[in-house]
Amino acid sequence: MIRHVVVALLVALLGIAFWTLTAGYLPDAELNRTAAYYAAHAQDEVGAPNIVTGIIVTWRGLDTLGEVTVLFLTSAVIALVLTQSKTPAGATGAGFLPSGELLTTGTRMIVPLIVLLGAYVIMNGHLTPGGGFQGGAILASGALLTLLAEPTRRFGHSVIARVESASGLTYVLVGLAGMMIAGGFLDNGILPLGRFGAMLSAGAIPLISVLIGLKVGAEFSSILESLHETEDA
Amino acid sequence: MAQIALATGFVLILAGLYGALTNRDILRMIVAFTIADTGVNIVLVAVGYLPGRTAPILDAAVPVAEAGQRIIDPVPQALVLTAIVIGLGITALMLAYAYRLFRLRHSLDISTFTELKW
Repeated sequence: MIRHVVVALLVALLGIAFWTLTAGYLPDAELNRTAAYYAAHAQDEVGAPNIVTGIIVTWRGLDTLGEVTVLFLTSAVIALVLTQSKTPAGATGAGFLPSGELLTTGTRMIVPLIVLLGAYVIMNGHLTPGGGFQGGAILASGALLTLLAEPTRRFGHSVIARVESASGLTYVLVGLAGMMIAGGFLDNGILPLGRFGAMLSAGAIPLISVLIGLKVGAEFSSILESLHETEDA
Repeated sequence: MAQIALATGFVLILAGLYGALTNRDILRMIVAFTIADTGVNIVLVAVGYLPGRTAPILDAAVPVAEAGQRIIDPVPQALVLTAIVIGLGITALMLAYAYRLFRLRHSLDISTFTELKW
């Protein structure tokens, strides 16, 4: 009881601090200098109508490389932490309840559509809201649905690992190519910028989006699979 | 407008912190942390919002020449995209450790883990 009161008191104090922040908050009238630079140079520097994708993939591309590395580390640590609690190879899913006809049939219909939507979101990342991370998460949701519909199913760990390392390696190579023939690491100028707003434009951004999408999709799928395989049936 | 979004985000942060500090069950603590995480994301996006402007995507509605006057700040949006993905990774890690702890004690009650208690 006393614990709850103390916690409530602390949270209330923090709430007062937040309240002063909210009450005194005035939204800016102008973009700050960084944002104004990005807005003014989205067309001539990266050629991507979606400025957020331009920032993530090109201007701050190194941070994005770091981010997918963090994700890779997460999936590796999860696999390591859960590796001792894996179900024995012979007893995979013996105790699972069958998933039911609705889910099985629905999965067969919906998973191709989910994959298509994921590919669409990845490919249009530089034109509309979307990109590698969002599309990769959609792809992984397709993998999750497959796992739910067929609890005994096992994806090939080696396939996922290969997709992941191949896309990660290509990502770094594209970045190095930017240093060689364009303005710097992960510069998208290694390919022509093309017509502003077209599907294949903005230099290397669609290519990098595809790589990020594959990598994120593979990492999320491997996390899901690691969590899934722990079930002690 | 921005104040409403900010207040919503702050309330979610507070609710998440309160839940994480008062719940005994590890799964509930993880849920509370994800709620606080969502609150942080909402606050970040709300700070980037400028009244009367539109999304930072250059199309027919936002000509390139006027982009600086028409769009909201794209930087917080890029940051939040990163934060969401990393938040998902952290949640997955917490769930994996929760599973390990469950295997250890056959319980998810935090009060059964007394090794680090003082």
